[in-house]
Amino acid sequence: MHSKVGLDFKKVEQAKELSKQIAVEVQTFVEKYTTVATERTICRALGIDGVDENSVPLPNVVVDFLKEKGALSQGVIFWLGNAVINTGLTTQQIAEKIATGELDITKDAHVTNPEKLEEALRPIITQTIERIRANRLRREKYIAEYGEDSARPYIYVIVATGNIYEDVVQAQAAARQGADIIAVIRTTGQSLLDYVPYGATTEGFGGTFATQENFKIMRKALDEVGEELHHYIRLCNYCSGLCMPEIAIMGALEGLDVMLNDALYGILFRDINMQRTLIDQYFSRIINGFAGVIINTGEDNYLTTADAVEAAHTVLASDLINEQLALFAGLPEEQMGLGHAFEMDPMLKNGFLYELAQAQMTREIFPKAPLKYMPPTKFMTGNIFRGHIQDALFNIIGIWTHQGIQLLGMPTEAIHTPFMSDRFLSIENARYIFDNMHDIGDEVEFKEGGIIRERAKEVLDNALELLKIMTSEGLFNTLEQGKFGDVKRPKNGGKGLDGVVEKGANYLNPFISLMKGRK
Amino acid sequence: MSEGLYSMEAKNYDKTLDLKKVKPYGDTMNDGKVQLSFTLPVPKGPEAVEAAKQLLKKMGFENPLVVFYEELTPGFTFVNCYGSLTHTVNYEEIYVPKVESKVMSMEATDEFIKENIGRPLVMVGASTGTDAHTVGIDAIMNMKGYAGHYGLERYKMIEAYNLGSQVPNEEFLEKAIELKADAILVSQTVTQKDVHIKNLTHLIELMDAEGLRDKMIVVCGGPRISHELAKELGFDAGFGANTYADDVASFVCEEFVKRHKK
Repeated sequence: MHSKVGLDFKKVEQAKELSKQIAVEVQTFVEKYTTVATERTICRALGIDGVDENSVPLPNVVVDFLKEKGALSQGVIFWLGNAVINTGLTTQQIAEKIATGELDITKDAHVTNPEKLEEALRPIITQTIERIRANRLRREKYIAEYGEDSARPYIYVIVATGNIYEDVVQAQAAARQGADIIAVIRTTGQSLLDYVPYGATTEGFGGTFATQENFKIMRKALDEVGEELHHYIRLCNYCSGLCMPEIAIMGALEGLDVMLNDALYGILFRDINMQRTLIDQYFSRIINGFAGVIINTGEDNYLTTADAVEAAHTVLASDLINEQLALFAGLPEEQMGLGHAFEMDPMLKNGFLYELAQAQMTREIFPKAPLKYMPPTKFMTGNIFRGHIQDALFNIIGIWTHQGIQLLGMPTEAIHTPFMSDRFLSIENARYIFDNMHDIGDEVEFKEGGIIRERAKEVLDNALELLKIMTSEGLFNTLEQGKFGDVKRPKNGGKGLDGVVEKGANYLNPFISLMKGRK
Repeated sequence: MSEGLYSMEAKNYDKTLDLKKVKPYGDTMNDGKVQLSFTLPVPKGPEAVEAAKQLLKKMGFENPLVVFYEELTPGFTFVNCYGSLTHTVNYEEIYVPKVESKVMSMEATDEFIKENIGRPLVMVGASTGTDAHTVGIDAIMNMKGYAGHYGLERYKMIEAYNLGSQVPNEEFLEKAIELKADAILVSQTVTQKDVHIKNLTHLIELMDAEGLRDKMIVVCGGPRISHELAKELGFDAGFGANTYADDVASFVCEEFVKRHKK
């Protein structure tokens, strides 16, 4: 491949090889364990939904019941499979009986033959798989019918009113203004809840809960406006956090298109235990891969804590590791929205050139990935007029370097969640630049020995050095030392470790083989 | 709609600055020029423009001018407007009550602690009692912070411990002693039946009983907490809506220095 910034692709190959070694160590660890969230996800995939009389979601009821009995290591498939064989009830009915205390599924579970257990659960397993597949086909059909401009980034904007019905108004307005992806911001702190709330949200704190009902409401609204516009509007939500695979399957069941799905983000910025969330991430990415969902990773956040010039290589190193971890989960490169950002101090001389160099470098290192490019946030000051220009420079790089997802900056960043008019101005800004500079990337190469090529080389070299250290130290130790985002997290610290269980002899998860790397 | 470009209006007003009657400045003293933009929940059209102009007049603008309007989505019209403000203020009579602590940036706070205290301050925070909400304490303490204000974990000169939610007051104090806290931060989100008041009062009583009250700076925060309420309950400060980590950090370090100077 020809590089516009003079990348040495041998170094890229070496970096990917090192990243793979780091990912192998994580993967070997991950495969030995399951978690409460992973088991709740399987419950949901087996059709268990709703809440008990105390508003506790039934997947939590089932999994907590097994955990209290010390039975979780065998996994819910083993217990529910036996319960279906013994009672002839549906999984949902079984969950309801566990909730009322009428049924103890840990008694009389004698069937250990995996084929017999799967056989007992086959109808509901097939139903779930087919529902997710149908959602994927539905998306593909819309896109085939309406078409898309693949040379420009998707325009991604957020809605964050805290009321899902008001979010619908904002989202439909944004779609009419030219948005391609609508992200519904979650209520502050949901990533730390070890359950997924139930039902529609009308009074959220800084956003709405990610619930299956909210997903359904917004999906319907976006399909309506998409049909009006002859433009498929993607829906994005967030599954990073303690319920990562659970929210992933709810998204898959409701036809979401994009999911934030990054263990590293939760570890560093939400203090979630690293073992827990890396185990959860594996299954969640298998689901997202199968559902055709683009995942987004959160490396851009490193630059809000660490310096954007000095720490650029940590973003690249983390993207490389995230790529390998995603490959282990069977997630295609075309669905890897690896994160990076435009976060340098706007007063830095030639800062634009460094940003351009890094964006082009990232593009060439991950040629098929719909890279997620994040706007300036750290140096947005409340001066909305300068902010609008910072966003314009960011948009120029987005179209120039063919970024996949342009998370539009708002002039009012750091003031409030976007007004309808803020979104309008930002989308107008992006569309103007994306059209006006549409093919500039194909016209321009960068001079040898110039600032841009040198910057790309420097960042790649530094990432390679970091990956070498990480290969000998391992990912867990590296995170303990604070190599990413200047944040240190202990291997046994953070939230959610008590939800990790070693897999027992009868442990089964048939969804892995049905979904991993498949369509 | 560009009659404003070269103004033909007679400027028959007093063009000298009078601090007793200050008004906005565009390019001529006392022209009162203001730009503003907003969205009206009505369809685009002459009626929308007229509605915007009438609102401007009610706000006290003369010569209201709608220079741009666009329908954002059916039923919502965005307008950019100019006008000349008729209101004035008496600048000479303005009195701004001094806040007790000066809010400093994260960097300035770190520098302040380094210079005046010479060691990191230990701050222990939690959402206490039955309150399961970590929203508030996380916004103040977590690395990422909230609304662009980084949390205390990110301060180089603050050792921040976030104990999470539903921490009983007894356990909270035990941990604060163990960590040698200079300050403790209590977050209360749930306020049904004034449960927060009871819980906050209980904490102060415990501290009094243990002789801890003067050994630590004690602050509380939450959407329904005000500085006044906090003082009444025996806290050193209270932080309500729209306050962030920098407000808390600035207060604590300045208060710490004040106390230890005595």
